[in-house]
Amino acid sequence: MAYYIARRLGLAIMVMLTISFMSFVMLKMSGDLAISLAGEGSGADYVEFLRKTYGWDKPLPVQYWNWLIKALQGDVGTSFYYGSPVLSLIAERLPATLSLGAMAITMALAVAIPLGMAGGRAPGSIIDRIALFIALLGVSTPIFWLSFLLILVLGIQFAVLPISGGGSVRHLAMPAMALAFYSMPAIIRISRAGMIEVMRSEYIRTARAKGLRPWQIYLQHALRNTLVPVVAVASVQFGFLLGGSVVVENIFAIHGIGYLTWEAINQNDYPVVQAALLAVSAAYVVLTLLADIVNMMIDPRIRLE
Amino acid sequence: MTTSLRKNVLSLLAATIAFLPVHAFAGKDNDTLVAAFQAKLPSLDRYHSPGREGFLLGLLAYDALVYRDPNTFELKPLLATAWRQVDDKTWEFDLRQGVKFHNGDQMTAEDVAYSLMYAADPENKVFNRMTGGWIERVDILDPYKIRVVGRDVAPLALEYIIQLPVVPKKYRESVGIQAFSEKPVGTGPFMVAERSGNDVVFKRNEDYFEGGGKSKPAIGTFIYRAIPDVNTQVAELISGGIDWAYYIPSDQAEKLKRMPMVDVINAETFRIGFLTLDAAGLSDPASPLKDERVRKAIAYSMDREAMAKTLVGGASKPIPSACTPSQFGCFADVTQYPYDLEKAKALMAEAGYANGFDIDIYGYRSRPVAEAIIGYLNAIGVRANLHWLQYSAVIQARRDHKTPIVIDDFGSAGVNDVGAILPFFFAESPDDQSRDPVVTQAVKEAGTIADQDKRKVLYETALKQIADKAYWAPLFSMPVNYVMSKGVDVPVPADENVEFWRASWK
Repeated sequence: MAYYIARRLGLAIMVMLTISFMSFVMLKMSGDLAISLAGEGSGADYVEFLRKTYGWDKPLPVQYWNWLIKALQGDVGTSFYYGSPVLSLIAERLPATLSLGAMAITMALAVAIPLGMAGGRAPGSIIDRIALFIALLGVSTPIFWLSFLLILVLGIQFAVLPISGGGSVRHLAMPAMALAFYSMPAIIRISRAGMIEVMRSEYIRTARAKGLRPWQIYLQHALRNTLVPVVAVASVQFGFLLGGSVVVENIFAIHGIGYLTWEAINQNDYPVVQAALLAVSAAYVVLTLLADIVNMMIDPRIRLE
Repeated sequence: MTTSLRKNVLSLLAATIAFLPVHAFAGKDNDTLVAAFQAKLPSLDRYHSPGREGFLLGLLAYDALVYRDPNTFELKPLLATAWRQVDDKTWEFDLRQGVKFHNGDQMTAEDVAYSLMYAADPENKVFNRMTGGWIERVDILDPYKIRVVGRDVAPLALEYIIQLPVVPKKYRESVGIQAFSEKPVGTGPFMVAERSGNDVVFKRNEDYFEGGGKSKPAIGTFIYRAIPDVNTQVAELISGGIDWAYYIPSDQAEKLKRMPMVDVINAETFRIGFLTLDAAGLSDPASPLKDERVRKAIAYSMDREAMAKTLVGGASKPIPSACTPSQFGCFADVTQYPYDLEKAKALMAEAGYANGFDIDIYGYRSRPVAEAIIGYLNAIGVRANLHWLQYSAVIQARRDHKTPIVIDDFGSAGVNDVGAILPFFFAESPDDQSRDPVVTQAVKEAGTIADQDKRKVLYETALKQIADKAYWAPLFSMPVNYVMSKGVDVPVPADENVEFWRASWK
């Protein structure tokens, strides 16, 4: 198992290096950073001064190497826009994104797993059709449209929830709903598929034959076996929520990583964009690893493989 | 999952969610005015806060030596009680006595000298190089009298001084720039109380001095709230979550006008829209734009009235000359090109382009405006191929001589003088696509002399030449929509510098 984790970590480092290089190159190609930093109406001499100050007149591989050496020592640079160390900016915004992501994935799991399992238990039934319909809606509804719909209904029409900001659980409710709806389809479908397969298995037939009640069969036998692929999908969805909540954080003005990334992109604040990309990739890598570990705990057979 | 692990995870989750600050609510009841902005304040140190928002920060929490009225543009005393020009390069200021910083320190000449020299030093990379870069040194004559000496003649000296706030030398040097940017100290009508999440909370400065161009605020608390999405701002205005917002797009503003809880006011800014035309053929030695008749045809081909009315809206109107109408030196009595399709086509034929030609056009701001312009150009045979890029990419392309036509706009960094716009687009600057010796000579000379009457004459010469030769196609002014709750009165300025200290509850 230690060898397995070590191998996964090695792969993760390769992934992160590749992402860091690709994002570095793409950011440099996106526009002249010296001009955007200098501002409208700045003279060419000041632009040139900024280029020299930040080392942007050097060849691209040299710039990347200089950045990498510092990053490996824990210095991912200083934000041009904020003037603060990038790490401290990310650390400041992380709790809001984590809270939002956690709330969203909890809502998604709380609704999607029972719905998917209920549908899988009786394929073709009314509940199954409802589950599949909700999954279809979730995957085809644009998240920004749903966000504005929630604002319109819950924020203005009925005024039961605050519209923007992240001051409390109530503030996070609407953005979490939007993100949860976005994450649900995959979880519904995988729970449903898992349930269908599990219900056909012999140990379920044995459990029925032994006279166990339906809830005992579902919770003690079916659920554990259904959950293995669900954990994998949910961890990917959580990673997506952390990195993909740019739209939702913007609409609801949540002081998180997504909002920071969007600001940084607009301001050509490339140290922040670079660091945010790496933070999200790292989150994915860690989450996938954690998902594997959780699965090993749920299913002893995986441990022994 | 074991029971204890589950409990720990749930506790951590609860703590993360619970440990978040609570919003303050808008409104008269708790004397708090909440204003929404699309951009966050990057730093609370004005010298490291660029753009419109930085300008506003400079007005709220800080003061400069001189104050400019946002409607008449008249210059009035603020931290300086009087000033005089000693020679072409030198300005002398008498400083107001008895002014205290928010931390109780007295403001003196030392603080003024420190602040201005901080802006002058390029190593400090302040928000805008232009505003401080002209200063060579500051001489302290006595604790309340200074002289500011420019490297060269600086006709825009006072306009720049307006944007340079006075910060406390002792405090800023002792805490360092980073700490100052988190807990700033100025002399302004508002003090920064705290910053959390998207909010910066300002409290009234109870000891704000009288006798200057600004006044003690009528409202006790002002909250600068960053809400990046304009639709969310509109929703908050409707629900009463915020009291004020600006830069609301015209389609949203039209709907808001019909709502009973808000007032919508459209007002001018310094920003103007225009086309820059590569008359010198920098992007192509055989460019059709080298022919004056082609450039004039382009100018005649566009219905600027219609674009101003339908695409920009509000107070937007066509501008007659290559400058913001209110700017000192903006001469408007120049050759005009009213919408005349037949004349435009005739000019194209006369220049030998009866069948038209293909050309690249660059833009970054408003897609509907760009598409309208392309439509107008198409009608006279100019088949424009649109390159839609980010602002910095378009500017770099123009400086690399790749752009025949650019749909551009400029705000002159809030400086009310033609000297803040013409040198950037003419006089052999990197963005000069005309390279006209008459314009170059006039604009360069006007930038080096102090005699304002003479400068006016020189700018008149330059602007007349620019219009005669159609180096630019001036388009329209770009006003903005201000929306505020009916319960509050926030005066609307002509230069985007909203004076929140003059806001009051109705």
